[in-house]
Amino acid sequence: NPYAGLVSHLRASWLSGKTRPMEYRMAQLEALGRFLDEKKQEILEATDLDMGKPSFEAYFTEILLCKNELNVTLNNLSHWMKDEHVDKNLVTQLDSAFIRKEPYGVVLIIAPWNYPIHLFLVPLIGAIAAGNCVIIKPSEISKNTEKLVAEMLSCYLDNDCFAVVTGGVQETTRLLENKFDYIFFTGTPSVGRIVMTAAAKHLTPVTLELGGKNPCYVSDTCDVPNVARRVVWGRFFNAGQTCIAPDYLLCSLEMQEKLMPALREAITEFFGPNPQESPDFGRIVGDKQFQRVRRLLCSGRVAIGGQTDEAERYIAPTILADVQPSDPAMQEEIFGPILPIVVVANMDEAIDFINARPRPLAIYAFSCDSKVVNQVLERTSSGGFCGNDTLMHVTLTSLPFGGIGNSGLGKYHGKFTFDTFSHHRGCLHRNMGLEALNAPRYPPYTQQKLGFLTATFEVKRRGTCTLL
Amino acid sequence: MERMQHVIARARAAFNSGRSRPLEFRIQQLKSLERMVQEKEKEILAALHADLHKSGPNAYSHEILGVLGELALAMEKLPSWAAPQPVKKNLMTMRDEVFVNFEPLGVVLIIGAWNYPFVLIMQPLIGAIAAGNAVVVKPSEVSENTAKLVADLLPQYLDRELYPVVTGGVPETTELLTQRFDHILYTGNSAVGKIVMAAAAKHLTPVTLELGGKSPCYIDKDCDLAVACRRITWGKYMNCGQTCIAPDYILCDPSIQSQVVENIKATLQEFYGEDVKSSPDYERIVNKRHFKRIMGLLEGQKIAHGGESDEASCFIAPTILTDVSPDSKVMEEEIFGPVLPIVTMKSVEEAIDFINCREKPLALYVFSNNKKLIRRVISETSSGGMTGNDVLMHSVVPDLPFGGVGNSGMGAYHGRYSFETFSHRRACLIKDLKMEVVNKLRYPPGSQEKVDL
Repeated sequence: NPYAGLVSHLRASWLSGKTRPMEYRMAQLEALGRFLDEKKQEILEATDLDMGKPSFEAYFTEILLCKNELNVTLNNLSHWMKDEHVDKNLVTQLDSAFIRKEPYGVVLIIAPWNYPIHLFLVPLIGAIAAGNCVIIKPSEISKNTEKLVAEMLSCYLDNDCFAVVTGGVQETTRLLENKFDYIFFTGTPSVGRIVMTAAAKHLTPVTLELGGKNPCYVSDTCDVPNVARRVVWGRFFNAGQTCIAPDYLLCSLEMQEKLMPALREAITEFFGPNPQESPDFGRIVGDKQFQRVRRLLCSGRVAIGGQTDEAERYIAPTILADVQPSDPAMQEEIFGPILPIVVVANMDEAIDFINARPRPLAIYAFSCDSKVVNQVLERTSSGGFCGNDTLMHVTLTSLPFGGIGNSGLGKYHGKFTFDTFSHHRGCLHRNMGLEALNAPRYPPYTQQKLGFLTATFEVKRRGTCTLL
Repeated sequence: MERMQHVIARARAAFNSGRSRPLEFRIQQLKSLERMVQEKEKEILAALHADLHKSGPNAYSHEILGVLGELALAMEKLPSWAAPQPVKKNLMTMRDEVFVNFEPLGVVLIIGAWNYPFVLIMQPLIGAIAAGNAVVVKPSEVSENTAKLVADLLPQYLDRELYPVVTGGVPETTELLTQRFDHILYTGNSAVGKIVMAAAAKHLTPVTLELGGKSPCYIDKDCDLAVACRRITWGKYMNCGQTCIAPDYILCDPSIQSQVVENIKATLQEFYGEDVKSSPDYERIVNKRHFKRIMGLLEGQKIAHGGESDEASCFIAPTILTDVSPDSKVMEEEIFGPVLPIVTMKSVEEAIDFINCREKPLALYVFSNNKKLIRRVISETSSGGMTGNDVLMHSVVPDLPFGGVGNSGMGAYHGRYSFETFSHRRACLIKDLKMEVVNKLRYPPGSQEKVDL
């Protein structure tokens, strides 16, 4: 077991208790803030090398959003760490009943390549804030960022408590043989199953942030230019390599016709007449992924874009029209700059289409009629939902971010990350005196004692008329 | 097996029809459960007596009272629990609707245990129904009378398609676990917990595992020993020690060991009289297998009190062991029986180290007049939950989450936590289709001015 030594070293640090004081956690978090500030340039460069990530995007997702999370955590940590006192029943009125937030111990964070800093750093913020020791496993596919993280993070964080492990599938498999106290995984559903199976051997709780095909329904009553812009922005951000990107569009035939020029207009507005020359459009991360995404182009007909350049791993912002549910682009999560449009007759058909498929990480619905948006929300299920825009719901630190069913289990962001990495321990601190009050619960049991117990323990219903 | 698949498919179709979602429906089902508990109280108590030799008042207070309380709580609070929760907005979303929606997960599975066979099915079921799910209920086959009763009663009171009961043993449960559920709540032991989680992993099904372990009980020299020992005796020998949060073993200074024994002996006399076997308030071990297992733990031990047994009736007398070695068999596995080992510790530091060398338990108990010492033990150990200066009681405070950590489990339930366990918290942002001006800041082409803004 090649990682046994590392894990037991971290476990020894954990048992020493050094990660528990608030001052320690704050100091480590502030060091992470310095990492983001001082290594900003290196981060922008590494992500540019890895997938041609435009610096505007890299700054927004890898630096800005991370600093938001950091600041929310630093501002609120002392409050989050406090014992949460709870309501008591009659028999415990004079006692102290509270929930104590405790670190789990040694936790593992496995991150993917598409937002390679953000997707390990934001969980890491919560893990440190909650008082754990952490092993970070960045993705080997975004190799420049992996190298950056492996070399630089140790200059900022306490190396006895936080370590970076690099490597591919084999190394990750060996790493998962060890016992962790929590595992946080972001990636595909198939690897999610492998991670959870490995976790089951040690009864390790997990959070799995997975994916799926996020549908985007556009109703016939909508502001076409605004819809086009918001959809284009969400789809082509990071060249489509976003777990919450709108994966495919559902709309009527008329709307498909109306949208097409607006989509074309938005793409040109954003990326110019030749997106390959725009500094604001990314590239596919690797050759294997490039081949996979390119194969999906044989679906429906290419209405906009479709050009590719293998040397650069460039795929143009592409809209596919008249796509059939049986086409390649509708069989897997696209994770590339291709937006298929599937024509449906109406909203009901769109909702049935969505519900016939595995529950996605996000669902989008566009309409000027708020009733339509609410109908889609109420009649479907997904990790999260955004009406009349794409992606934006995950920029709010007050909303939980996570999947359901095949798109994942658990949630994070903001306080939810802190809670994810904390054990909520129910505590009751009773009085040693007043033993007479306990007498009714002791044997020998009598009907009279039972009557007394019932009176003191029971939760009474308030009048039913006030309920509905 | 085919029947099982058919039952689950029917539950899923019933869930997909949407009828379990309106609050009125859920409350009506919960009201029906309440009627069931009230109308069939005699039958429920009879089944519990047949399975565990539990007396009427005992069974009522352990299994029925709690269930009625949870039902009342759920029916009262459901509208507020299920209401969309608005959350804090940022500058960009000031004019938008931002909230968390609580939604049912779908078809969930509840696997019960045999030691509190009624409440360990009912309490999760209440939360699952309140959250709007369809529920497949699998009571433990070991407590066979209660299992049969649950299988008979639930279809008489609840929607038959949405809430089917599946009975059977290991082969049936294994088959059940190959099917896809949207959440599984399992109560039982860690070994089976791993099997349940591995099966759930195949479908990416989230799980709540209420497992067990050895719940330590530290008695400080500075405490009212008579009171402490009475409370410990109550919690230890309740249900003949077959309680997941029973104080499993005692840690105390050698100088008070014999006093502890004397106090417990006196309390046992008070509770069960001279002849424990004839007390109607003392239960029996659930079956011969567990009887033999527990008797085996007594080998080579110093029996300070008790030790008598009668295999025919699965009776084991309340037993205390002294000067127990940490390496002995009785200190390796969860006892789950009326045997109380005392391991002597020279200091609270030693006790804390002892506890921390072992798997995290479901519960932890500490008795002391010194509040600082209690706070110290809490801060320097970890456990699912804990009670200071008493035992078991943290599990009846409705607003405390009840669950394990590490080997003692994952997830929590009771009260509001049951509702949340069986719900999906869906993040929702509803924007205006107008006000595009604000969005222009985020669109390409990117520029430093935009970033600085």
